Formats: sequence, structure tokens, C-alpha cells
Amino acid sequence: MPGSTNATTILAFDRGACAMIRVEALSKKFGKVEAVRSVSFTAKDGQITGLLGPNGAGKSTTLRMLSTLLRPDAGDAWVDGQSVSVEPIAVRRRIGVLSHASGLYPQLTARENIVYFAELHGLDRHQADARVTELAALLELDEFLDRKTKGFSQGQRLKTALARSLVHGPRNLILDEPTNGLDVMAVRNLRALLSRLREQGHCIVFSSHVMQEVALLCDEVVVIAQGRVAAAGTIEALRAQADEATLEDAFVKLIGTAEGLN
Amino acid sequence: MRGIFTVFRKEFFENLRDRRILLSALVFGPVLGPLLLTGVLQLSVSKGEAASEQELKLPVVGAEYAPNLMAVLESQNIRVERRKLDEQQIRTAIAARELQVVLRVPPDFAERWSRAEPAALQLFADSSDQFGGDANSTRVSRVINAYGRQVAQTRLLLRGVDPTSMATVVIHDIDVSTPSSRAIFALGMLSYLVIFAMLFGGMYLAIDATAGERERGSLESLLTAPMPRHHLIYGKIAATAAYMLISMALTLLACAIAMQFVRMEQFGISVSMSALTTLKLFAVSAPLALFGAGLLTVVASFTRSFREAQSYLSFAISLPTLPLAFIGLLRVEPSPWVMATPSLSQHFLMMQILRGETPIPTDLLLSAVASLVVGGILCWVAGRLYEREAILG
Repeated sequence: MPGSTNATTILAFDRGACAMIRVEALSKKFGKVEAVRSVSFTAKDGQITGLLGPNGAGKSTTLRMLSTLLRPDAGDAWVDGQSVSVEPIAVRRRIGVLSHASGLYPQLTARENIVYFAELHGLDRHQADARVTELAALLELDEFLDRKTKGFSQGQRLKTALARSLVHGPRNLILDEPTNGLDVMAVRNLRALLSRLREQGHCIVFSSHVMQEVALLCDEVVVIAQGRVAAAGTIEALRAQADEATLEDAFVKLIGTAEGLN
Repeated sequence: MRGIFTVFRKEFFENLRDRRILLSALVFGPVLGPLLLTGVLQLSVSKGEAASEQELKLPVVGAEYAPNLMAVLESQNIRVERRKLDEQQIRTAIAARELQVVLRVPPDFAERWSRAEPAALQLFADSSDQFGGDANSTRVSRVINAYGRQVAQTRLLLRGVDPTSMATVVIHDIDVSTPSSRAIFALGMLSYLVIFAMLFGGMYLAIDATAGERERGSLESLLTAPMPRHHLIYGKIAATAAYMLISMALTLLACAIAMQFVRMEQFGISVSMSALTTLKLFAVSAPLALFGAGLLTVVASFTRSFREAQSYLSFAISLPTLPLAFIGLLRVEPSPWVMATPSLSQHFLMMQILRGETPIPTDLLLSAVASLVVGGILCWVAGRLYEREAILG
């Protein structure tokens, strides 16, 4: 794999404070299945880093290790210099996580859903309320803020879930297949939101198997296939590396197979 | 600690809005409990009356051939209804459950009787009819046999024979069950109802907080909260236990109110559910809530969906409660082992309190400590389960 050695060597010199999320040689096995094999990459502040790969490539497992849901078998990842395996709770304070199942509590209103997570993060009632007001303005939640989330549209769910994951003001945002199952309008909204968060200096990592999305949003792309990093860099760099005109062709060439693409 | 409280408060108030959870916690026990309890109590009174005191209507074909026998039957509270039916009609009526027992006196009865020959009577009944046919036919034949014996003794006397020589063996049936002992047995229902209502009251919350959370997809987000995972589950267990306590308190209260309308004097005993008794009952069974909440949470943590959890938890609930429904039939004496067994010890303590006895302090202590310790262990196990990666499903 031509890209992987390249990416690792770049990262090896990149241990400075500017690297907000640094992943080094992460590995994870489930039984005999090697889901993630020595994955390394860096995601910088003010950038959107996309993990691109076919279904089952190991993107979600990587992000779950990054968000401390799974413990790495080998390797480690650092969020703002805190190790996910040594100080998982410190890491959780610094990240906002949005998984593709937005998972709201249907009996609670959008506001209550957000406030609950604020309190779990140790904010008091006053701080939580202030934060909800702030997020409601940023994400345009006011219209449905005090309605029970049961019966919300996909877009409303996504916005509420995003507000929830941002409630403690994390610098880093991890999104696992956020656009899965969303309609076109909701996807457009999400894109606009992520761009805005990038402008505010957040470090955003998100996974997707949809190339168009990655091409539209990401500053850096990490192509993952069969649990390994197949290539990494800007879209331009990847296209040049694969010597293909479109990202799709480049992608197919880099992962070595068209399997798992849609 | 603050995290545990945050989770507890959210689970507690969120589930107040869930109709299914509310129904199971706040309506099921408090409504069904008193109904069942008073129902069983009434039944145990009327059962005593049903056997002999109640009037039995007996259709008789050919009553005119045995007027004396009819008078004897009437004297034993069996009202004779004169009918004209042939054998086929009798059989059909009994098969269709229109009649239960029919006595048929053949026309030659009087003639044979006066000649002191065995006079045949036919008693029709369906012995497989559990709803009175069998019992009533036994009652009728008992009366007729007694009458027959009496007449036989008179005949022997007339012939100068001592009738006691006929009686080789005599069995006296002595039913020692009194209304009050039956009532005590029925009150055993109370502890069963209270413990069942308690566990059932927390069941849906235990499911919702574990399998439900996973099914909704909210578990992953929750697990990224900056607190130890076992704190999350402790908060959930606390909420489940709170629902159990509320459900139990309401059931006890409803039963206490319902008992005011059951005239306990008719049992000849002084079982009353005064405010103090109700409070004591609550106090001895409260430690079981931690055990119940821990048990249900541990079982629910293994399940993958709401439906799966529902079927497993229904089974888990019956484990500590079902034995209580039969414990009255077994001869289990309150030993230290019994007092150290959650749910069993609460049952015995509640029975003692209901009978107006004062439980031994060491029993009270043993029961409470054992339930809390086992409950604590279950909570710890639940915490460990949430530390596993497999919990993500």
C-alpha cells in the first residue's frame, strides 16, 4: 500500500500541539477478525478530516476507539494530548460524539435531551440553560426546542443530537456516518453546520462511505480499506497519487477493489 | 456521585411520561392487588358456607313414591323439585349442564320398602363436573345413606338385634380448618401481591434503561459521558428501585384501604391493616427493592431488544415471587436460611406482622442485610457488565 507508509512518516514528525487528534498504530480485533490494523492519522484544528472507506472497512471501529467506547488492542490515540486508553474520561470531556443512530430520548423534549447531557458533563442548571440558548441559535433549534422528540423529522433529530454532542463545548467533534439515512435537505443542513464549526476552529473527524460527501466537505481524507490506511492527504493529492481524474476512480484504485461502494 | 444522581433524576422523570411504565408501576399493583386480595378473602369465607349451609335444589322424578324420603331431604336443606323426565331426558339435561344432580324414584320403591327389601334409587350426576355436580351428588347420597342407616337400625331393633353390632368401624371426619385459618392462608396472598407488584413496577424501567437505551441508539452517546460507566448503571438501578418502592407503597396502601371493607370479624380473627401495620409491612419489604432492581437490570443487560428483555424479565420476576404463592402449602419453618433468602424472608416477616406478632429483631436484621448485600452484589455485577465492550451490542 503506497499511501500508508507515506502517511505514517508524515505523522511521526507531527507530534506538536497543533495536532488535536492524533491516532497512532491503532489496532482492534473482534475474536479472530482484525477490524482495525495499525491505523494512523492526524486531524488538525479548523479542518474536517474524513475517514473514507467501504462498509466494514474499520471506520466505525476506529472512531469508537477514538471516542473511548472501545479499548484499543494496540496503539493509542491522543485528543488534545490525552490518551484514549490511559485517560478515557479526560478524553470524553474534550470530544463531542455523534453516531449514526442519533438516539434521542423520545419522552424528553429537545431541550431536556440537551440539558441531560450538559448535566452529565458536570454543567449546572444555569450553565446548561445558557448553553442551550447558544446552541439553539447556532443550530436553529428554537422552533422545536420544547417539543418531545418523539415524532421529530430526521433533520430535527440530527440537529438535536448535534446540539447534545456539542453541549459541553468540545474542541473536537467525532461523527460516525452522520448522513446515513438522511434526506437531501438534512444532509445539506449538516454540511453547512460542519463548515460553520470548522470556521470556529473545531477539529472535526467524520466517517463516510459516500465519496461525494467527503469530496464536498473534507480538507483531509484518510482512505481506509480492510482495516488499514490505504492512502491519506488532500483530495487533490489523492487524485494525483492515484493518477485518476475523478475521486471515485482514485478511490477504487486506492482500495484496490470496487467492492463495498455504492 | 453527582453523575449517578443526574442519571437517576432523568430516568425517574422521563419514565413518568411513559404510559406503559406508569401503568405497570402505578396502576397494576394498586388496582389489581386489592381486588385479588379481597376476592380471595371473600372466597375463603363462602367456601366454608358452600359445603353444607347453602340450599341445594334437587330435581326428583317420582317424588310421590317416597314422601318420607323427600321430607328427610327437605330437612337437610335440600329442596326437592318435582319433575317428570324419562331417563334419556335426564341424561341429556346433565350432559348439557342444565341440571347437576337428578334423583329418580322408581314406582315400585314404596312396595319394596314396605316389604323391607332393598329399594333401588337412581342418582344421576356427572362426576367429571368440577363445578358442583360431583360434590352435590355426594351430599345427596350422604343424606340418603344416613336415612337408610337410620331405618335399618330401627328395623333391627324391631327384630330384637342390637344395631351397634352393624357398626364395626366408625370414622368421624373432623375438618379443623376454620374461617380464620383459611383467612390467614389467604392473607399469604398479600405478601405475594406486594412483592409481585414491586418487581413488576420496576420491570419496564429496567428494560427501558438497558435494552431500550441500546435499541434506541442512545447508549453510545450516553457512554461518552465523562463518568465511569458503572455510575451510569447505578443511577438507572436507583431509578428502578424507586419505582419499585412507589409501586409497593401504593399497593400496600390500596390493600390497606380495601381491607377496611372486608369484615374481618367474620373470620373470628383480628387481622387488621392499620396505618402502623402498613408502615411495618413497607419497612420489612423495602430492602427487597434493591435486590429486585439489581436482578432485573442484570438480566435485562444481557438482552438485545425490548421484546427479548420483556420475555426474560417476566421469567425473572416469577423466580422470587412464584414460590410465595405455594409456600403456604409447604411446611417451611422460618429458619436463619429462610430469613437470609430475599423475598422468602420478606414473605415470612409480612405474615408475622399481619398475624399481629412481633418479628424477632435478629430475623429483621438478617432479612434486611441479606437482601441489601445480595442486591449490592447484583448492582456490582450490573456495573461490571456495563464496563464490557459487548454492552454496545
